[in-house]
Amino acid sequence: MMSPRTETTLRIVAPLAVGLIVLGAWQFLVSVVGVSDYLLPSPASIVDALIASWDSIVQATIITGTNALIGLVVGSLLGIALAALAARWRAVDRMSAPVIAALAVVPIVALAPVLNSMFGADSQFGRQAIAALASFVPVFLNTLRGFRQTTPVHRELMRAYAATPGQVLRSLTLPTARPFILTGIRIASSLAVISALVAEYFGGPRGGLGSLISTSAASSAYARAWAYVVASIALGLLFYLATLALERLVLRGRGSGDRTSGARTPGTRTTGTSTVSTTSTTVSH
Amino acid sequence: MSAPETTAAPGTITEPAIAVRVSSVDKVFETQGGRVHALEGIDLSVAAGEFVSLIGPSGCGKSTLMRLIADLDAPTSGSIAVFGKTPTRARLDQEYGIAFQQAGLLPWRTVAANVALPLELHGVGQAARRAKVDELLDMVGLAEFAERYPDQLSGGMQQRVAIARSLAEQPRLLLMDEPFGALDEMTREKMQADLVRIAGETGAAVVFVTHSIPEAVFLSDRVVVMSPRPGRIREIVPMRLAGAAAGPADGVGAVEGAATRAARTEGLREDRSFFEMVTAVREALHGAPVATGARGVETR
Ligand SMILES: Nc1ncnc2c1ncn2[C@@H]1O[C@H](COP(=O)(O)OP(=O)(O)O)[C@@H](O)[C@H]1O
Ligand SMILES: [Mg+2]
Repeated sequence: MMSPRTETTLRIVAPLAVGLIVLGAWQFLVSVVGVSDYLLPSPASIVDALIASWDSIVQATIITGTNALIGLVVGSLLGIALAALAARWRAVDRMSAPVIAALAVVPIVALAPVLNSMFGADSQFGRQAIAALASFVPVFLNTLRGFRQTTPVHRELMRAYAATPGQVLRSLTLPTARPFILTGIRIASSLAVISALVAEYFGGPRGGLGSLISTSAASSAYARAWAYVVASIALGLLFYLATLALERLVLRGRGSGDRTSGARTPGTRTTGTSTVSTTSTTVSH
Repeated sequence: MSAPETTAAPGTITEPAIAVRVSSVDKVFETQGGRVHALEGIDLSVAAGEFVSLIGPSGCGKSTLMRLIADLDAPTSGSIAVFGKTPTRARLDQEYGIAFQQAGLLPWRTVAANVALPLELHGVGQAARRAKVDELLDMVGLAEFAERYPDQLSGGMQQRVAIARSLAEQPRLLLMDEPFGALDEMTREKMQADLVRIAGETGAAVVFVTHSIPEAVFLSDRVVVMSPRPGRIREIVPMRLAGAAAGPADGVGAVEGAATRAARTEGLREDRSFFEMVTAVREALHGAPVATGARGVETR
């Protein structure tokens, strides 16, 4: 039997080891086998580029990160609010269902050129709107699912207590939906970063990670382009870990309920899959 | 002696002396598979302070009847009054406490917070709430589990929390749907004794759904025996147990109910009158005299 401590250590050490092996192989390909440094910059030269353009990388990360954060917050709030309405009134649910279905299958970044020209070439608003739209979908879907998880016995209890609709929302519906909402936000966090970044490929103000990746690549500064890619990965990870920490923090209070985690897993999975497909459409774009 | 006094009292007192009055109630469920006649021609009244059990095979409408009284569903025809009010009014006035077969605790709330839920919803101040919760948890023997979460408790403990919660507002009427179904025999007997004591202390009327004949006999002033398809009342068996005063009749007064209950000690479970009542209920359930054993012969 492994002690929990060993297990945790393994969970951290194993991916690190894999990463190091990949990096080692990569460096080996470039410096020993002799794949052109121009085609495939070596990890070492990427690190050099990272150090050389550190200030601009930090700047770019802040710009893209701000867009993604604004999008994530706005999209999540909208998603929760609309899901609450859809759960409360069937009519809202019926009206919104086709729109949501469309949003869920259409690569939202496809809207980038349209929104960019709508809001002008020097506005970040189009990118923020895209990040918000991308975040909205998983938050809405998960929240709506969460709002529907209340059990008959709990609903009857609230009725027996003559609880007002507001009380039912506060003491039953929202707490029941909480793990689902947080899962939605966690999924949305990665989407927000990806969308904000890819939206920069389609014009608008320069300076973000996406636009710098494309200009660096266009001017054949591959090492620098890769350095920005590394920063993008770091930004995505930061968002993901922050929302994961938020989830842990909020759910820590409760018992390590089978019910809670059991309910959470399917929600994550289903919406996670649709997320992955959206993401791949986005990236191949 | 006290019964005539109760009935002779002015109308304002007589009316509230009836906790639940069910008159010619039918309940039909329309389902895809057709109409289910869950209840037919139900007439029943439960006096204030009286303990009435509903017993019968699965599907005979016990839960449905309890849900109608609780205003969680409405009768197809007939009428129900709870302390002289419509069930809806009674529910809005919080005239009853309820415990279901499932504990139905909120998993994100601690044991104490679960018990406090009804008090919280009805605006009881924090200090009063804490005092009441402590008292209730003491009563169900879960004081040291106050800060635990429901999933850290056994099924029986969860059910005790649910019962504490149903008692939080000292209701005049307790509705309980097989609340002890999930408990082991030892806990079950302890909870039965506690429930009898609590009901006696608070003077609450109890409508108690159960599958268990001994449980019904031990707890009740009267046992309502039901039969299925359609759900009907087959017989109402008054419990005549050792130590009780004159056997309670239909519509027994609160005072008498309490007096009858005082006799329900652990010793009663060994008493001959207890076995006689068990036999009586069993016979009512099966609709014919059960082969009479030695005890039946002994009956005076
Ligand atoms: N909501 C419902 N819809 C349809 N049929 C129901 C519903 N509730 C109960 N029934 C039916 O009514 C009958 C009585 O059910 P119930 O009151 O739960 O019985 P019991 O509690 O005595 O086991 C059963 O046949 C059951 O299938
Ligand atoms: Mg039932």
